[in-house]
Amino acid sequence: MTRISLTVNGSRHEAYVEPRQLLVYFLREELGLKGTNVGCDTSSCGACTVLVDGESVKSCNQLAVQADGCEVTTIEGLAEGDELHPVQQAFHEQHALQCGYCTPGFVLASVSLLAENPDPSEEEIREALDGNLCRCTGYHNIVEAVQAAARAGA
Amino acid sequence: MSILGHRVLRTEDARFLRGAGQYVENLPLEGALTATFVRSPFAHARVTGIDASAAEALPNVQVLTGADVDVPPFGPPPFPGLDARMGRPVVARDIVRFVGEIVAIVLSEGRAAGEDAAELVAVDYDPLPAVVGTAAAAKDETVLFPEVGTNVAALGGAPERDESLFDGCDAVVSGRVVSQRMAACPLEPRSAAAEVGPDGRVTAWLSTQTPHQDRMVLAGMLGLDPAQIRVVAPDVGGGFGAKMLSVEEILVVWLARRLERPVRWTETRSESMVALNHGRAQELSFTIGANRDGKVLAFRLEIQADVGAYPGLGAFLPNLTGLMSSGVYAIPRIETSSRAFVTNTTPISAFRGAGRPEATQAIERAIDLLAAELELDPAELRRRNFIPKDAFPHTTASHAPYDSGDYEGALDLALRSAGYEELRAEQRRRREEGGPKQLGIGISTYVEITNGIDETEFGEVEITADGGAILRTGSFSHGQGHETTFAMIAAEQLGLPLEKITVVKGDTDSVASGTGTYGSKSTQIGGSAAKVASEEVVVRAKKLTADYLEAAESDIVLDPALGSFHPAGSPSQGLTWAELAARAADDGRLAELTVAHEFKGAPTFPFGAHVAVVEVDIETAQVELKRLVAVDDAGTLINPLIAEGQVHGGVATGVSQALYETFTYDEDGTPLTGTFVGYAFPSAADLPSWEAVEMVTPTPRNPLGAKGIGESGTIGSTPAVQSAVIDALAPYGVRHVEMPANGENVFRALREAKA
Repeated sequence: MTRISLTVNGSRHEAYVEPRQLLVYFLREELGLKGTNVGCDTSSCGACTVLVDGESVKSCNQLAVQADGCEVTTIEGLAEGDELHPVQQAFHEQHALQCGYCTPGFVLASVSLLAENPDPSEEEIREALDGNLCRCTGYHNIVEAVQAAARAGA
Repeated sequence: MSILGHRVLRTEDARFLRGAGQYVENLPLEGALTATFVRSPFAHARVTGIDASAAEALPNVQVLTGADVDVPPFGPPPFPGLDARMGRPVVARDIVRFVGEIVAIVLSEGRAAGEDAAELVAVDYDPLPAVVGTAAAAKDETVLFPEVGTNVAALGGAPERDESLFDGCDAVVSGRVVSQRMAACPLEPRSAAAEVGPDGRVTAWLSTQTPHQDRMVLAGMLGLDPAQIRVVAPDVGGGFGAKMLSVEEILVVWLARRLERPVRWTETRSESMVALNHGRAQELSFTIGANRDGKVLAFRLEIQADVGAYPGLGAFLPNLTGLMSSGVYAIPRIETSSRAFVTNTTPISAFRGAGRPEATQAIERAIDLLAAELELDPAELRRRNFIPKDAFPHTTASHAPYDSGDYEGALDLALRSAGYEELRAEQRRRREEGGPKQLGIGISTYVEITNGIDETEFGEVEITADGGAILRTGSFSHGQGHETTFAMIAAEQLGLPLEKITVVKGDTDSVASGTGTYGSKSTQIGGSAAKVASEEVVVRAKKLTADYLEAAESDIVLDPALGSFHPAGSPSQGLTWAELAARAADDGRLAELTVAHEFKGAPTFPFGAHVAVVEVDIETAQVELKRLVAVDDAGTLINPLIAEGQVHGGVATGVSQALYETFTYDEDGTPLTGTFVGYAFPSAADLPSWEAVEMVTPTPRNPLGAKGIGESGTIGSTPAVQSAVIDALAPYGVRHVEMPANGENVFRALREAKA
C-alpha cells in the first residue's frame, strides 16, 4: 500500500492505496464519491472525467497514486450549495442530458474546455468533447449547452 | 393555460447534474460478494474440464460452474415455431456457443480480487468449427444444436414464392440491403445486485427497462412465487432495447439466495460488448415491380436473420419487419418471408428500432433503385405511391393497420426545410465541375409501429393528505424524462402545479403492475393510463366536494388554474385540493381519491421524412455528413423539448448505422470490435447538428393523441444517409454501398464500379 495525500473538492484526504488502484475507484470506493461513473475499460468514453489541477482527466486512465499532491474536482464539487455551476445550469436548460450517465463527464470536460477557450466555435466544442461519448442525446443539445454556458461567462 | 405542448425543463435533471444519480453500482449493499463471470474466448467449443483450484486458493474466493447451478435453461421465448431445445443454459455445461458465454462464476470480496481469480480459472476447451453468418448457418454443415439437426431457428411469412407476383409490371428491380449487426452501447453497463431479507423475500436491483416483467421471469426461472421477489430499477443509464432480463441477472438473484449473502455484479464494457444482446443482423433481399408510370404494383421481401447463439427476441423481429414492409406506400401485392438462423455469435435482440429500421431500409432502397430504373426523381416516385392523407385508417397488404398519416405533407416539409431544389442545383454544379468532393442527397420517408402488440400499461393516481398527488406508472424511464412528461399529463387533468406531483416508477413493491419501457410505447399507453386515472380522480373529487358542500355533484366544476372545486358560478365557495384532501383525510375518505387504471392501447404508426446531405471525396473515399433534416410526426406532443431530444438521439444512432457502426467477427467467431476502441461509436466530432422539424398528426387511438417518438429518428435517418452516399457516387457508376458507408465500403464500391 502506498500513502497518498490529495485535495478532493476542497477537502484534504490522506489514504493508503494499492498502487494499482485507479483514481476513479479511489474516488468512488474509498471516498464514496459515486458521481464519477465508469462507462468503459479502454479510456474511450469519458464518463469518468474529473478535473485534476484544473485539467480534465479520465480518472479510469490514471492511478490514484498519480494524483498524490493534486487537487481533484469531481462533479459533486462543482455546484456552490444550491446553485448549480453555469455549465450544469446550461445542461439543464438546453436539455443536454437524458439518462444522465455520461453527464458528469461531459460537464467537467466542458468546464475544462471553457477554462481554456471561453468562446469556442461549434467545431471547437465538438473536437474538444471528442473523448466523451453519449448514446442518448446525439450531442446536439450538449453542444448548445456549452455554447450557452460560454455566453453566460462560465 | 394548458401545460401540455410546452417545452418544460426536466424535473429529474438535478440529481444527474450533481452526480447523485442512483445507479445500481452506487448502492452501498454492505457485505455483498462480487460476482465475476468467466466467459468463453471460443465461439464454439466443447468444455472438457474446469480447474478452479488456483482461483479458490486465493482468500475468500469461491468458484461455481454449470454443474453447481440448478436453474433451467433460459428461453427460448414462447414464439410459435421456436424449438425449446434451443434454450440457453444459464451457465454453459458441455458446449459453449459464442464468445462471451458464461462457463464459471467467481465470488469474491470486491472487484479486483474477482478479476484476479477469474484469470486463474483454467478451462479446457476443445474447439469446434464456428458458424459465422447466415450463409454458413444455412449449409447446416456444422449445427449448433445437434439434437435439433438444423440451424434454422424460425421460419416466417410465405412458405413459397408466388411466381405471378410481378405479373403486369413494366419495370422490375431487385436489390439487397444488409442491416448490419450493432451493439446497443448504453453508457451504463449492466449492473445487478440482490439481497434476501429477514422475511425470506429477495430484492433485486437491476439496471433494466422492464422491472415488472423481470420479476415474473425471475419467479419462473427460480421456481418462486412472484410475491417473494421485489425488483427495483433505480436510475438506469440507458437501455436502447438491450437491457431486459438475461442470464446474468438471474444468476445474481440465484446466488444471493443460494449463498444467503448479498451479491452484486457490474459488467465491464468489454464484457458488455459481447455479453449484452446485439441488434439488427438482417439481410434483406427484395424485388419491386411497377407500371410504366411508376405506380408500384408488387413487392417481395425475403429476410435472412442472424439470431446469434440462442434464439430470443431476434427470432421474432423478422415478423415485425415483414409487417412493416409496405412502408408509406400503397402497394397492392406484398409477399414477405423470413428465415432466422442460429450462429456462434452474441444473441440478437431489440435495439433502437428493432425490426422496423430493417423494413424501412429495404423498401426505401427498393424505391430508390426503382426511381433510378425509371429515371424519376426519388421524391417524385415517392409522391406517386404514398398512401394518401384521406385514406386512413388503412391496412396494408402486409396487414399493418395504420391509424393516421400525412406522408406527402411530411416529405414536402422536409424538402422545403432542406431546400431540395437548391441542393440539387448545387449537386449539378459540382458534378459539372468534376472536383473530388461530390454532393449526395438522400431522401427517406418512413412509417413505424409503436405499441405493436397491443400492450396494456398501469397508472395510478393518489391524492395525498397535503393535496399533492403521487402518480405511479408501470412505464419505466431510463433517460426518456417520464418524471416530467407523465407529471405534466397528471398536472393538466388535476389542475395541480408540476411540483405537487411525484412520479413513482421502477419498483415492483411501489407500483402494482407494469410492462416497462421499450418499443416507444410509454407515453401512448403509460401516459394514457395516467390521464384516465387522473380524470377519474377528478370525478371522485367532485363527488367528495359535493358531499362536503351539500351541493349536487353535477354542479361541481374543477377550476384547473386554481386547483379548486366549486359549484358552477360560485367560485368563492370552493375547496382547493389541499382543503379537500385534508378534510377527506380527517373523515377517513382520502382513499376515495386513489384511482388505478390499466390502459389497453392499439398500435400507432409514427411517420416522417428525412433528407440527408453528404459530401464524398471520391479520391479518398471519405464521407462527411453535412446536414440531416428530420421531420418526425409522433402525433400530439406532451413535451416538445423532450420529444426533440428523442429525435436527436435517435437520428444519431440511425446515422451511425449508415456511416460508422458495425459489430464484426472473424471466421472463427472471434469479435473484432469488442471494445470501445474497436467499435465505431461516434463522438460529437463525428456528427453534425440536427435539423429537427416538428409535425403533428394526432392518432385517434388513445386519449392523448400521442404516438411513440423514441425510435423514429433512428428508423428514418439510416436510409436517407445511405441513399445520399450512393447518390453522390452515382455518376461514377456506383449503384450500391454497403453499410456502414465508411471509407472502406465507399472505396470498395468505387473500385467495383471501375472494374
